Amino acid sequence: MMLLNYSQPLELTKLIKWFDNLLRASLPEFWTLLIEFVVVALALLAVYVVVALLLIYAERKITAFFQARIGPNRAGKWGLLQSPADMIKILLKEIIKISRSDRFLFFAAPFFMIVASFATFAAIPFGQSLHAIDFNIGVLYVIAISSLGIIGVFLAGWSSNNKYSMIGAMRSGAQFVSYELSAGFALMTIVVLSGTMQFSEMIEGQRYCWNIFNGHISSLIAFVIYLISGHAETNRGPFDLPEAESELTAGYHTEYSGIMFGYYYLAEYLNMFVIASIATTVFLGGYLPFEIQGWDGFNQIMNYIPSYVWFFGKTFVLIFLSLWVRWSFPRLRIDQLLNLEWKYLLPINLLNIVLMVLLVLTGLTLKDLFGIL
Amino acid sequence: MNTLSIFLTVIITGIILVIGGLGIALLLAPKSDNPQKGEPYECGIPTRGTSWMHFKAGYYLYAILYLMFDVEAIFLFPWSTVVRTLGLQGLISIVFFILILGLGLAYAWRKDILKWI
Repeated sequence: MMLLNYSQPLELTKLIKWFDNLLRASLPEFWTLLIEFVVVALALLAVYVVVALLLIYAERKITAFFQARIGPNRAGKWGLLQSPADMIKILLKEIIKISRSDRFLFFAAPFFMIVASFATFAAIPFGQSLHAIDFNIGVLYVIAISSLGIIGVFLAGWSSNNKYSMIGAMRSGAQFVSYELSAGFALMTIVVLSGTMQFSEMIEGQRYCWNIFNGHISSLIAFVIYLISGHAETNRGPFDLPEAESELTAGYHTEYSGIMFGYYYLAEYLNMFVIASIATTVFLGGYLPFEIQGWDGFNQIMNYIPSYVWFFGKTFVLIFLSLWVRWSFPRLRIDQLLNLEWKYLLPINLLNIVLMVLLVLTGLTLKDLFGIL
Repeated sequence: MNTLSIFLTVIITGIILVIGGLGIALLLAPKSDNPQKGEPYECGIPTRGTSWMHFKAGYYLYAILYLMFDVEAIFLFPWSTVVRTLGLQGLISIVFFILILGLGLAYAWRKDILKWI
């Protein structure tokens, strides 16, 4: 059931089709595919870096407003050039080699971080036809690949031969594996509801009724749990124990300098974006506009906004929420953190899955009740 | 286009991103040797001994617990896609599965593994 909407003037679908046809008409099959792969890779890379720079700028500016400061305002208009300037600066810094570190693992660790975050980033549907990796096990793929990132964190902490790094890595490991469970189970609740793990099918199934409305109580619980555990997975906000600067200088990346540190910084912001965009895709209808079945005029207006604007809009709302939480709550202790997961979120989550199955089987979801599509 | 080949492209691009950044840094960044620089940074105090040593066992217990529930999640994912076709029978059998794992968590809770000492 593909309800692609070609009447939308600002979509990129036509452009992509035109480019594909152009290549196919003039080149043999092999070269067409090769050029397309290179274009996809370059486009993803560009979006990856731009999103990271934008997020860093947004975080600094929004944080400044929360704390009644001005924030970056010197480089460029409203400080817009601040994060590109930082990127160039960080590229030009010396990479310090620690004499007693495990040199091989020390340099291998950023690869895990970046590759894991980049591979999950590529699986996100940014808009109609703007979807690089679309496995039929999409949700499982995202959970599996994103958890590779923790190996990078752990290797970094272990190989630095620094006590602070070690403690930070241990905390990060315990925190990540614990909250990974909740995130997985919360996504599983929605898989029960939509009956598929493929992102494209899941989004098309949400036309006229987003999953968060469709499964009402159960979806809401899952959404809140996913936001909490996603927030904890990215080591931010009240859950930033692994890099608590007052106790552990900088946590697992204390010994990293220059661009090596830059990669950790990049991966942290990108992970925040990935978490928010998975929440958007799975719960809030991804790139689909907000539509109500039957209200044709309203739907027309909503449809006029391009799909990628919807996607980035929803995602940035969730990111703003995450920043808001980060700057509103004090840091937890490690035992409180683990208690929250194992004694509250996990049992609630297990019950929630059973509740969702009951909702689906008894036909109490909104789609079944009101007969939407 | 085959999804698997795009996946491989993405992985290679990620690796190139890291190597490229490191290469630029190696070309442009300054280099200087100083024995003091190679010391671990522990806020100015000279470091003592190695940090590769015995560590608190509490973290290990959580890792074991995680393993139990993660394997459960792997079993639950295929089931969750076909809930509608399995119907009530599928629900009953999976409730038993979840209950047994819940018992595991309850046991750990009772044994004070979830208590941070």
